[in-house]
Amino acid sequence: MNSFFKYFTDIFNGVKSLLKGMSVTGRYFFSPGSIVTQQYPENRKTLKMFDRFKGEVIMPHNEKNQHHCTGCGICANNCPNGSIEIVQDKIETPDGKKERIIDKHIYHLSMCTFCGLCIKSCPSNALSWGQEFEHAVFDRSKLTKILNKPGSSIIKDITE
Amino acid sequence: MKEVINPPVRNIEDEEYHINIGPQHPSTHGVLRMVVSIQGETVKSLKPHCGYIHRGIEKMCEKDTYQQIIHLTDRMDYLSAHINNHVVCLLVERALEVAVPERVQYIRTIVDELTRIASHQLWWGCFGMDMGGQTCLLYGMRDREKIMDIFEESFGSRLLHSYYTPGGLMGDIHPNFQKRVKEFITYFRKKIHDYDNILTGNVIMQERTKGVGILTKEEAIDYGVTGPIGRASGFSCDVRKYHPYGVYDKVDFKEILGTQGDTFSRYMMRMHEMRESMKILEQLIDNIPAGDYSAKMKAVIKLPAGEYYQRVEAARGELGVYVVSDGNKTPYRMKFRSSSFSNLSALDHMSRGFKIADLIAIGGSLDYVIPDIDR
Repeated sequence: MNSFFKYFTDIFNGVKSLLKGMSVTGRYFFSPGSIVTQQYPENRKTLKMFDRFKGEVIMPHNEKNQHHCTGCGICANNCPNGSIEIVQDKIETPDGKKERIIDKHIYHLSMCTFCGLCIKSCPSNALSWGQEFEHAVFDRSKLTKILNKPGSSIIKDITE
Repeated sequence: MKEVINPPVRNIEDEEYHINIGPQHPSTHGVLRMVVSIQGETVKSLKPHCGYIHRGIEKMCEKDTYQQIIHLTDRMDYLSAHINNHVVCLLVERALEVAVPERVQYIRTIVDELTRIASHQLWWGCFGMDMGGQTCLLYGMRDREKIMDIFEESFGSRLLHSYYTPGGLMGDIHPNFQKRVKEFITYFRKKIHDYDNILTGNVIMQERTKGVGILTKEEAIDYGVTGPIGRASGFSCDVRKYHPYGVYDKVDFKEILGTQGDTFSRYMMRMHEMRESMKILEQLIDNIPAGDYSAKMKAVIKLPAGEYYQRVEAARGELGVYVVSDGNKTPYRMKFRSSSFSNLSALDHMSRGFKIADLIAIGGSLDYVIPDIDR
């Protein structure tokens, strides 16, 4: 008699627990307002990433095509993967002194692990994070970028 | 005359049969190969084969400075990335005797607990999916997304943050951080009831987990099993209680111990831990003191020659790091004691005598992260 009773209470409790779970899924099924999924490729125009999002390393330029990079190479030294290469150039200033400036700031996006040590260690705050994240390309060589724009120069005056 | 030799009669029922689970199997949560010796459907023994995702992180650390090591530790146990960063930072700070600002300690503790909740949410989803409930994965991922958004807004990335640095943090928290964490706690306190309704009380899940994969307290200590798995067996091993770091000595939380040591007990342990983590967050989030987000550190960090060991409580158990320094800016030798590796060693013992379907449930309750095993 006892096992007979237990048999039916087990069935009853089992069905009850299943219905309890089903009620949760049913509640979400009938309340479409709780859907959190983003329709990603369709919402591209309105999609805005957070300001601090680490998409890629960029070198901000002002409207006169000038940047802050002196070409010291501290970012390249601090990079754990060697994803930054600095090519320096020597110029002669009008008063006859030789000065080192940056020729190319080469950034290998394919090797970057987005640790942020280059940006943190830069003494002149020349680098920052960009929010671009759609990096997929068909050719690997496109992932090697030159961060300083052609014809750009360094901001000499701090007030500029 | 030709002699007739009768071939020996094979009794197939007594023979053992070897089956490979993995390396590419959804229930191994990564690339782990388990050679399971079965008789009928009963598991006789199990040999895990590690190394499919070995990247030599310990060796790579030997060429990196202490700031650069941080971004490699992210990639061991990626589900508790912040806690992995924390252990290296604590080691360097203790070796150099740097006083870390109190604000940093508060933020680190809060972020660690958020990481723990996010890790357990993902585990809950995967465990439900191992048991055959696809809904659990979707709900677990949905709630984890809230924490990922908090991380993304403050630290810039969702999974591999590299946010801690020896001496402090890479940057200050976002102004919205406290507001969003409080919103998350009120949100998740409601949602965790759904978790209980869907999976904890489910009769199929209880039938499959209760009394399955039993690990006693003595065996847990023998195998070095820590974290929620060790505590489910009654082994009190919370590093946050025994060797407090951050501000864990100032907050009130319970170390919940199980008695059964079976798969269901391990499941309940993580559900309790999520509630305890929320309790810690509630105590800390309003009391973050003002101050700097980093102590003053030299650009080149050199540890004094010697040996150092530091441990923290990661989401899966005790994470230790052992460093031998010869006084240079890079460590001479670095060794990580990862929790998943020790926990995996007990899987053979736990699964013996159970069915092969139970092995999936036991493996799901172990919650191993394969890159943490192989490093």
